[in-house]
Amino acid sequence: MDTLDRLEKFSRTKAASIVFPTVATVLLFVVWEIVVQVLKIPAYNLPAPSAIWQSTIAQSQALWENSMQTLLTTLAGFVLAIAAGVILGFMIGYSRLAYIVLYPLLVGFNTIPKVALVPLFALWFGVGTVPAILTAFLLAFFPIAVNVALGLDTVEPEMKDVMRSLGASQFEIFQKIGFPHVMPYIFASLKVAISLAFVGAVISETVASNKGIGYLIVTASSNFDVPLGFAGLMVLAIMGTALYGFFAAAEKYLIYWAR
Amino acid sequence: MVQSETVDSAPKIEKPVILEFDHIGLAYQVDGSPRRIIDDISLNIAEGEFVSFVGPSGCGKTSILRMVSGLSPAPLGEIRVRGNKITQPLKNIGIAFQNPVLMPWRNTLDNVMLPLEVVEPYKQEIRNASRKAIHTRAAEELLATVGLKDFAKQYPWQLSGGMRQRASLCRALIHKPEILLLDEPFGALDAFTREEMWVMLQELWMHNRCTCILITHDLREAVFLSDTVYVMGPRPSSIVYKVDVNLPRPSTSDLLLSDEFNHVVADLRRHIHRN
Ligand SMILES: Nc1ncnc2c1ncn2[C@@H]1O[C@H](COP(=O)(O)OP(=O)(O)OP(=O)(O)O)[C@@H](O)[C@H]1O
Ligand SMILES: [Mg+2]
Repeated sequence: MDTLDRLEKFSRTKAASIVFPTVATVLLFVVWEIVVQVLKIPAYNLPAPSAIWQSTIAQSQALWENSMQTLLTTLAGFVLAIAAGVILGFMIGYSRLAYIVLYPLLVGFNTIPKVALVPLFALWFGVGTVPAILTAFLLAFFPIAVNVALGLDTVEPEMKDVMRSLGASQFEIFQKIGFPHVMPYIFASLKVAISLAFVGAVISETVASNKGIGYLIVTASSNFDVPLGFAGLMVLAIMGTALYGFFAAAEKYLIYWAR
Repeated sequence: MVQSETVDSAPKIEKPVILEFDHIGLAYQVDGSPRRIIDDISLNIAEGEFVSFVGPSGCGKTSILRMVSGLSPAPLGEIRVRGNKITQPLKNIGIAFQNPVLMPWRNTLDNVMLPLEVVEPYKQEIRNASRKAIHTRAAEELLATVGLKDFAKQYPWQLSGGMRQRASLCRALIHKPEILLLDEPFGALDAFTREEMWVMLQELWMHNRCTCILITHDLREAVFLSDTVYVMGPRPSSIVYKVDVNLPRPSTSDLLLSDEFNHVVADLRRHIHRN
């Protein structure tokens, strides 16, 4: 009971947010390794972490090049998504007309599974980088647009009144109220959007590409090189977490005032 | 309209009128039928006058403030400022709203200095770093007078409700507006802090000589601070009573114990009726 209490107390400290996930990850790999060794599971079914690690070292060159390709397409799609999402979000948030016209279209479009579009993109733009960027973009821009619009819509009217009673122009009201108010909404959406862009890029690579981690995993499994496939998955997990972590940290740093 | 039995020797009658309420009224459409909130109010406010409105909750006091500020111009009748009908938000006024509405992304000091970033000539001045430093110091001093010296760098969520109200009052005062509109600015304060704030506000007002409209539920507050107190009746409301307060200025907290003072308060009390 006493140790449980102390664990509970420790879990509220800052160090715990690093220690616990690390311990859990290490534990996962240790259990995994033991299970594979004890049950003698063959590597082409489930490779042990040690086998994955060996494969990672052996194929580090290929893994590196392909992960850079995936990172690049993800970021390219993401940047496009920010631009389009913010512009669209502002249109919907500020113009009632744009809201009525565009919002149903957006929602309808968002319900299409994007993977169904990849073959079309491949047909139009050829197999490779462009479909990956487009898929990343399409997955990522919706949450950004919606959140920007939501942010603009939730500005307290009384805050605008404070500005209006000072004789502020529309632009000043946006600059001093609208913009800072929207920032937390944008950052919340960026965390989601970067993960979605990443998913989009990888999906497209598995369907229509000759580069990228998605492509590497597909080729590895068709060659029965399961350890390499898992190495690819590991790289994806690390990249995805790093991208999310980057935006989560940026949010914490920039939106320090929102508790 | 009834006048309280005070001798009118003050020269304030001669001051030019700054605000004229000309038969203003207000009604809202509720479930398809109109509901009258304010019936018919006409009155004049002189330049530099301190006026209070008291009345039961929901009688339209905040609405009057919104009409004067031009945030929601009077739908019936008109309010004129120096003879010009108010149809859009006035510039160079200071408002402390009923809830403080501070900006969560600004610390207390930056919240208080917001008007300086918008209102001329301060807007130009604070572009210059040394001029800005002077204004920053003035803002810090103002915060000190309301007891928020140590909270200048704190964010709104780190302040109590009463502290936020005091910060919002500072924001209404910082740009020395010529018309000051205060909507229950001390509602969240304890009795002692409240009385300190009265003295502080009166000092500031006597120094700046702005025209001030105060809305309050506290009759003692109204009498302590005002030249004129208007009592609004229940909905649909009009002015049911007017008191010209002629107590010595600057009033000190001793005044609160005097018979004179309590007489005026008791007189007012008799004229307040709920809906
Ligand atoms: N948008 C609106 N639609 C309908 N009725 C409204 C609207 N805004 C205000 N009212 C009504 O107008 C009346 C006056 O409101 P107001 O806020 O001016 O009251 P108040 O005198 O400031 O009250 P309090 O002392 O409680 O702050 C209220 O009865 C309220 O119901
Ligand atoms: Mg009110």
